[in-house]
Amino acid sequence: MTAWRALLAVLILALAWPAMAQEAQLADPQLEQRARDLAREIRCVVCQAQSVADSDADIAKDMRILIREQIVGGRSDQEIRDYLVARYGDFVLFEPPFKASTYVLWIGPFALFGLALLGTVVFFRRRAASPGAVTALSAEEQRRVAELLAEGDNQTLDKGPGDKGPGDKGSGA
Amino acid sequence: MRRLVYLLPILLVAALVAVFWRGLDPARDKSALPSALIGQPAPALDLPPLREGDPSFSLAAFKGKPVAVNFFASWCLPCRAEHPLLSRIGDEFGIPVVGIAYKDTAANARGYLAELGDPYAAIGQDESGRAGIEFGLTGVPETYILDGEGIIRYRLAGPISPENFADQLAPEIRAVLQ
Repeated sequence: MTAWRALLAVLILALAWPAMAQEAQLADPQLEQRARDLAREIRCVVCQAQSVADSDADIAKDMRILIREQIVGGRSDQEIRDYLVARYGDFVLFEPPFKASTYVLWIGPFALFGLALLGTVVFFRRRAASPGAVTALSAEEQRRVAELLAEGDNQTLDKGPGDKGPGDKGSGA
Repeated sequence: MRRLVYLLPILLVAALVAVFWRGLDPARDKSALPSALIGQPAPALDLPPLREGDPSFSLAAFKGKPVAVNFFASWCLPCRAEHPLLSRIGDEFGIPVVGIAYKDTAANARGYLAELGDPYAAIGQDESGRAGIEFGLTGVPETYILDGEGIIRYRLAGPISPENFADQLAPEIRAVLQ
C-alpha cells in the first residue's frame, strides 16, 4: 500500500516537474536561465498551446537543445528568435510581433473601446442638449409637486383628485 | 451620414460572421501551419549518408535541377503508407527524390528501406532532428519540392496519397519543371 503511494507521489512529481529541468542543463546558471526564459516564449509546433519549455514532445526537446546550443555559441536571444521565426513563422512566438499584419490584433481592442466610449459620450451629450430633455423644474411645476405631496400626506392615495400614481408620465404640465 | 452610422453595427456583425464562418469550415485544416520557408532557399544540409559506401550527403549537390526532399522515419506509420508513391515522383517527372531519415537510427532506417524498397537518389541521416528544424518540419512524413535554384516551392505536410498526389503534388512539380 505504501509502495503504491510512493509510486503515485513519484508519478505526480514527474508530471508536475517542468520538462526543461529534467534534462542536461547549462553549467552557467545565468545562461541556463536565459535558455529557460526563451523556451517559455517559443511555442511547441506540434502541441500548439504549450511552450517549448513545458512540452514533452520530441521536437520541443530538440528545440530546447537547439536554444541551449545557440546560447552557448554566443547568439543573442533575438538572433535565436529570428532563427526560429525564419523557419516556423510568427506562429512559434507566443507573443505576436507588432507589425502591419498584426495592427488589428494589437490596436483593435483599444480602438473598439475608444469608439464605444466616444459613442457613449456623444449619446449623453446629445440627450442633454435636445429640447425635450428634462432639466430643472419650473416654478409652476415646483408648486404643483409641493401641492401633490401635501395631498398625499393627508389623504389615501386612491382618493385624491390630483393623484395619478408615481409612474404616470402623462399628467401635469 | 446618420444612416451610415446606424448601418455600422450591422456591417460589423456581418464581418464577424464571415470570420467565424471561415473558422467553422470543416474543409479547413486547423493543424496546417503556413510554411515560412516557401520561396526561400532551402537550407544547405550536410549530413552523414544513410547507405554504407555513399559519399557524404549534401543537399546543395542537387542544385541545378528540381528535386523532391522527403523526410521519413522507420518509426513513422504514415511513411509506410506513402512509400509506394515516392517512386512515382521519379517515374512520372524524372526528378530525383532525396530522403532524410529523421530522428532514426541508421540500422532501423536501413532495415525499413530493405523491407519496403529504396526510392531515394541519396539519403541523409538526421539522427538529432536538426535538419528537420532547419526545414521548419513539424512531423514526418513531409515532402518539399525545390526548384533548380534550390528555392523551396512547395511543402506537403503529412503522407502523400493518390488523391493529393494528383491534386497537389503533381501540379506543383509540373509548375517547377516549366
